[in-house]
Amino acid sequence: MKPPPFDYHAPHDLDEALAVLAGTGGDGKVLAGGQSLIPLMNMRLAAPAHLVDINRLAGLATVEAGADGVRVGALARHAEVERSERVAQVQPLLRSALGHVAHPVIRNRGTVVGSLAHADPSAELPAVLAVLGGSVRVARHGAPPRDVPAGEFFLGPLEPALAPGELAVSAFFPAVPPRTGTAFVEVARRHGDYAMAGVAAVVTLDDDQRIAAALVACVSAGPVPVVLDLTAACGRRPAASTDWAAVAAEVRDRVDPDGDIHATAGYRRHLTGVLARRALRIAAAEAAGEYGWTDER
Amino acid sequence: MSTRLFGEPVARREDGRLVTGQGRYLDDLGHDALAAAFVRSPHAHARIRDIDVSAALDADGLVAIYTYEDLPERVRDPLPLLIPHPALTHGRTAYPLARDVVRHVGEPVVMVVARDRYLAEDAAALIEVDYEQLKPVVGVEEAVQGAHLVHQDVPGNVGAHLVQEVPSPGGAGAEQEVDAAPHRLSFRLDIERSASMPLEGRGVYARWDADDGSLRVYSSTQTSTSVRMAVAAKLGLPLPKVEVIAPDVGGGFGVKIVHPWPEEVLVPWAAMLLGREVKWTEDRREHFVASAHERAQVQQVRVGFDDEGRVLGLSVTILHDHGAYTPYGIIVPIITATQLLGPYKIGAYRVEFSSIYTNTVQVTPYRGAGRPQAVFCMERTMDKIAAYLGRDRAQVRAANFIQPDEFPYDQGLLFQDGRPLIYDSGDYPESLRLLKELVGWDDFHEVKAEAARHGRRLGIGIGCYVEGTGVGPYEGGHVQVTSDGRVHVSTGLTSQGQGHETVFAQIAATELGVPLDRVSVVTGDTRRFGYAVGTFASRAAVLSGNAIALACRKVREKALRVAAEALEADPRDLEIEDGVVRVAGNPGAGVPLATVAVLSNPLRYAFDEEAVRATQFAGTADLSRPPVDDGDEPGLEGRDYYSPVRSTFASGMHAAVVETDPDTAEIRILRYAVVHDCGRMINPMIVEGQIHGGVAQGVGGALYERMVYDGHGQLLNASFMDFLMPYATEVPYIQTAHLETPSPLNPLGIKGAGEAGVIPVSAVIASAVEDAEGIPVDRMPISPSELHELRRTSRR
Repeated sequence: MKPPPFDYHAPHDLDEALAVLAGTGGDGKVLAGGQSLIPLMNMRLAAPAHLVDINRLAGLATVEAGADGVRVGALARHAEVERSERVAQVQPLLRSALGHVAHPVIRNRGTVVGSLAHADPSAELPAVLAVLGGSVRVARHGAPPRDVPAGEFFLGPLEPALAPGELAVSAFFPAVPPRTGTAFVEVARRHGDYAMAGVAAVVTLDDDQRIAAALVACVSAGPVPVVLDLTAACGRRPAASTDWAAVAAEVRDRVDPDGDIHATAGYRRHLTGVLARRALRIAAAEAAGEYGWTDER
Repeated sequence: MSTRLFGEPVARREDGRLVTGQGRYLDDLGHDALAAAFVRSPHAHARIRDIDVSAALDADGLVAIYTYEDLPERVRDPLPLLIPHPALTHGRTAYPLARDVVRHVGEPVVMVVARDRYLAEDAAALIEVDYEQLKPVVGVEEAVQGAHLVHQDVPGNVGAHLVQEVPSPGGAGAEQEVDAAPHRLSFRLDIERSASMPLEGRGVYARWDADDGSLRVYSSTQTSTSVRMAVAAKLGLPLPKVEVIAPDVGGGFGVKIVHPWPEEVLVPWAAMLLGREVKWTEDRREHFVASAHERAQVQQVRVGFDDEGRVLGLSVTILHDHGAYTPYGIIVPIITATQLLGPYKIGAYRVEFSSIYTNTVQVTPYRGAGRPQAVFCMERTMDKIAAYLGRDRAQVRAANFIQPDEFPYDQGLLFQDGRPLIYDSGDYPESLRLLKELVGWDDFHEVKAEAARHGRRLGIGIGCYVEGTGVGPYEGGHVQVTSDGRVHVSTGLTSQGQGHETVFAQIAATELGVPLDRVSVVTGDTRRFGYAVGTFASRAAVLSGNAIALACRKVREKALRVAAEALEADPRDLEIEDGVVRVAGNPGAGVPLATVAVLSNPLRYAFDEEAVRATQFAGTADLSRPPVDDGDEPGLEGRDYYSPVRSTFASGMHAAVVETDPDTAEIRILRYAVVHDCGRMINPMIVEGQIHGGVAQGVGGALYERMVYDGHGQLLNASFMDFLMPYATEVPYIQTAHLETPSPLNPLGIKGAGEAGVIPVSAVIASAVEDAEGIPVDRMPISPSELHELRRTSRR
């Protein structure tokens, strides 16, 4: 379990990093937290010819929470985002989801943007970005950066919309709108494992406390985060009289997870339904201010 | 025994070193050594057509490449079959490097030596092995059909077949008793594979001294003395020229008692051949596919019982998955077969097992060693009897218990040491009483009903076991008091974190009346102690503990004799307290052990102030006698051995309360209670630590761990990402209560404690999940996905 040979690059600023990446001829990988990449290399499942270490790019180690949302730089660690009170106020779904990301020691090193760029459909953060309709800012040598919406960023398992030589420099998570609640629930085999199933939910109420919008993103339910709009299924009723079981059943019927050694496809489908119901109810209750958080936002 | 350290919860003395990174594990040694890496078979069953090393020959840092053809006489022989048995009619072991055929994924084919491990792996990746794939045999039930063979000369893939039968007092056989019983049940049980999975894998580091013609081998092993004999024999070296040292070892749990591993032969051989230090450190991937697994069995049970649930006849047929080879003989299925009866008095018993070859990693003992399967079988049987009769599960067990006045109790079987399986002592009714109290057994139905009112599903489970511990043949202890008053204890068996530095020191300090900090302990170093068997079968405390105590008693006797002369007193009036030999009741007159050590060793040369007193002109000698009496030896030291006539039997009972989620089928352990009896406890804190660790591993086996082989014999979860060992977050708080029923078989009255915690856990969790769900649980481990499927298929 030692990696094969590779050239190691340690650029000092973004321009240099992009130039180096452009020069790797498509056979370079970016090293940020390394929590997925390094094990893959040690097992010789990944063998990039060049490793471009961006840890000296201090400008990317930023977490900016503004009124419109949270922008997380490519070097911001999970732990920093998870602990930020300001982030929790602007978009509480991040903290809810980050608590499920592996273990504290991994969250101390691993990065939010790295998780997104890894594009694992079993991971929490792609689902969060997807359900919130966030975006990833992508830079490349000699061209202006572009923002890729979440819906276009996740192309398949471990397949982000990043061309060779491109670097994901930040991600943007929109702020939670008024009268809106969020929830993240998952079931993993062990604490901190990839989820067998998980659901991120966002529910918005109208002025009459009826459900105006309900959206979920399902983890481990397909090749990419599976985003489902359940607004119609909720039937614009108040949360208390919404038939959550029927809404959840729709989620269950619309996902198509694969089975693996930890859980059958049937169980994952069942579990996704159960978790959708739980997540939607929590989010709706939160939107209604039942947990007493809404005013503080 | 004036210094009462035996029985005290002394904090582990090794922990400061180990938890602050001061431990010296195998890979911490030999920084400048060459590194070995192996090309291993990617196929479960294949013939090697050709090995092409040409592309690797120019690899940076390459030193040597070896295949089977390169190995000399003896080294190229199959590895030893360590424990032959008449029933093991078709025992087979591997070659150190594959010869012609590979029989499991991970089998070593080519050894590469290079400047470092990175380069060795790079070179290994350039070696091309051409395989002709053969039909893999996976799963015992497929294997026993015999359509395809793991070893061409082993028909039906049956390596061993053994029947043991104990007739009823009336002389009837088990099948006959089952047929004649008022009630009968028959069912099938399944247990899947797990593995020892120590934090530190295996590893070997060898240094050849060409000038001295001697070899020093460091190995992460559970038996340095036996590795030494094996290496000396394989390499044709005189035994005194070979030293083997087990450094700090990061866990063993059974896998490291197997020896010599291919690497333990090849690395020293390469070191001699190359005249360079060579090291190999197993990585995790290798540990999954190239060490050993355990547990997998399919059991068919027939049981007959009366209205009280008393078992009149029990007949068990076991298919034991042995993997590709049998280096450790059939110890695991023998233990299953003979420990199955637990604390119960069974009318008539028949057990039959077949040990089956499959194209998977070989099976050798893992903590518990066949007992978890045995207990799963017996305890599932007890639960099924209770369910059938509508009786309380604890009550059915109590109806079958061997009573305290029935010891010694002969189960009529031959145990793993070839000796009669006779329980030496125990108190099972009292254990059950304590357990029921600890877990609140009798009131649980109320707790369960109350939870149900809130939509929660709870269940309680129970499991009992008896564990043969402290098997022979022997261990020894050596104790030396040096002239600085320090006590040096050594024993040949090895340590893997059990706390031997603490408990052996407690024994020595107690026996010799010295403070603990004066005592140091060395284990697993053949330079210090050459005769030993090893650490396994919950035997270290029983065997080495007693041997050290006996050695200390020799030292004590001599110390009293020598001090008596100095004090002009009768040795019978002397005692040792705080390291000083004194006349009992007369604190003024005393001589420190340091001085006794000086006086015990008559000197010609003085090298310090103390030594002056022992020199020939010091005027203290009795000139009518030689300086060293006939039959005496210089020095204050003693060596003794403890060799038990048979095993001593510890016991215990566990109970668990679990909650199953009605929607997600998640299984959570809410409470876990243990009553444990290992005779006299040397250190109750260490006993509890052993129990905690064992229960943690048991939780793994019950709810998380399995080796997932596909039909091609590929291990699908050979990493810690997919082989799920429980984290601290998955292990419940464990309540313990102790019972101390001394063993009459050894001087200290102790029984083994190392494996106990793991043994009944699968049975207990199955019992509890079954109670919560009302669905039979006959296969372990059980995952939420499987519970969900069970619910579906039983239409709950």
